[in-house]
Amino acid sequence: MTRPAPETRSVIVEREIPHPPEKIWRALTQPHLIAEWLMKNDFKPAVGHRFNLRGDWGGVLDCEVLAVEPNKSLSYTWNFAHDDAAFNLQSVVTFTLTPTSTGTHLRMEQSGFRPDQKQAYGGAKQGWQQFLAKLNQVLARVD
Amino acid sequence: MPNAHDSLFRALADPTRRALFERLCRDGEQTVGSLTARAKVSQPAVSKHLALLKQAGLVRDRHEGRQKHYSAQLRALAPLIDWTSQMAGFWQSRFDQLEVLLKRMDQ
Repeated sequence: MTRPAPETRSVIVEREIPHPPEKIWRALTQPHLIAEWLMKNDFKPAVGHRFNLRGDWGGVLDCEVLAVEPNKSLSYTWNFAHDDAAFNLQSVVTFTLTPTSTGTHLRMEQSGFRPDQKQAYGGAKQGWQQFLAKLNQVLARVD
Repeated sequence: MPNAHDSLFRALADPTRRALFERLCRDGEQTVGSLTARAKVSQPAVSKHLALLKQAGLVRDRHEGRQKHYSAQLRALAPLIDWTSQMAGFWQSRFDQLEVLLKRMDQ
């Protein structure tokens, strides 16, 4: 696994799933299945394949497949272009599947965020209204 | 000890300043005049609020002829937004959906 540069940070989400790796692998790599749990896409499990993930909020992520190891690991870039550098996102998503006695340990690591990268993917659109709503509550406590 | 967060919170703690900032976020660059027209305070008051917002890095001004144009600097809000928990929350909810899908794939 590649070690992120020291100035970047990662998000790691792990979960025990009561299904075998082969089945989860299908959900991670077949476009119609990916669309059901993640986003609409034109994914192909081939290293170097470029594809888009299209979010409900209208944002489009630019992705490229970096590594494919069937039933074990899958890695692709997860980039979001934005005019404002603070919202620009260049990251790598890596799924790792490890068989367990009851199913699979699924691990997702998203790495490459810069420390000044406070907003996640398309947050400019999605997080903004929510943020302004929360801001009022936060600020009420500041005084 | 003063820090960037203090000036940011102080600038946004006032409802009039917050309204000015939100308007710039929503409607883009504007002159002091057009901001005043829709504010409930005088032009000197609007200018004073804008100066404080500028001090906090929340707005930027640009001179064009005799007019001063202000625009919001979303970047200045970055310290207030915790992207790691936001992104982790995103993946947790997607994994929930993944599990729903996997159950359905059995049938």
